Amino acid sequence: MRWYWIDRFIEFESGKRARSVKNVSLAEEHLHDHFPGFPVMPGSLMIEGMAQTGGILLGEHFGFRYNVILAKVPKVVFHSWACPGDQLIYSAELLDAREEGGSVSVEATVGDRAVATAEIVFAHLKTDDPQFSRIDQKNFVFRMNLLDILTVGKAGSGAPAEVSGVDGRRGEAVE
Amino acid sequence: MPSEEEILDKVRGTLVDALGVDDDEVTPTATLIGDLGAESIDFLDIVFRLEKSFDIKIPRGELFPENLASADAGFVAGGKVTAEGLEELRRKMPHADVESFAKDPVLSRISDLFTVGMIVRFIAARLK
Repeated sequence: MRWYWIDRFIEFESGKRARSVKNVSLAEEHLHDHFPGFPVMPGSLMIEGMAQTGGILLGEHFGFRYNVILAKVPKVVFHSWACPGDQLIYSAELLDAREEGGSVSVEATVGDRAVATAEIVFAHLKTDDPQFSRIDQKNFVFRMNLLDILTVGKAGSGAPAEVSGVDGRRGEAVE
Repeated sequence: MPSEEEILDKVRGTLVDALGVDDDEVTPTATLIGDLGAESIDFLDIVFRLEKSFDIKIPRGELFPENLASADAGFVAGGKVTAEGLEELRRKMPHADVESFAKDPVLSRISDLFTVGMIVRFIAARLK
């Protein structure tokens, strides 16, 4: 199992918003324990998918200069289930982006059905920070291999996700 | 220019959202870490929320200075903040009650400088 909780970006507007897809599959081991006879996507892994979506949105805004760490989930509300066969869409909006970190709001939906909403706060950590080695790497929203998600081809065309809106604003604080 | 009471009300709402505390816990003298259970990452969340709530910009380190207890600058000796250290605190944190802390400047109490009242005074000075 690899720590990818989104499958593909379907929209990516630099410094503003991003939408990603997570296809829930009965092939995922944990669904057979969560719960036997009633497989549903664990809420904690939905938060992880929302954090990967928002964390990459934040990381890209600063040209991936920082390690983005999931620091805090001030608010999360689950409205319904996501089951095998469901396609979750995570829609993230960048609320704050500054040198120390950032925050996003994310909605998870299946079709027209609301599944979850969350606010997530990220901290930035440079690799030369004395605290760097003390942080459990699992708390990193992404290491560089997770960026593979940005290059996953779109169905049919095989083209990677386009990052739109990249211009001179990259790296500036979000107004 | 809102009154200090109005600012306190908005700060209270911010801290209730950021820290999950009850309204009545957020008094001007409550310390953020000791009384309200804030952790370091909460300070970033609080800054984000204050900026939105009051429509102001809070540059890094102005409300919550970093590395206050750095020992290398001669600001700490024998577990206490030195006179030079207190001077540095007055300079970096004009909105904090450094004088009360100065009566017994034990290093372990330094986080008590971060109070609800400190945030209110900082915001009031910003809005002037």
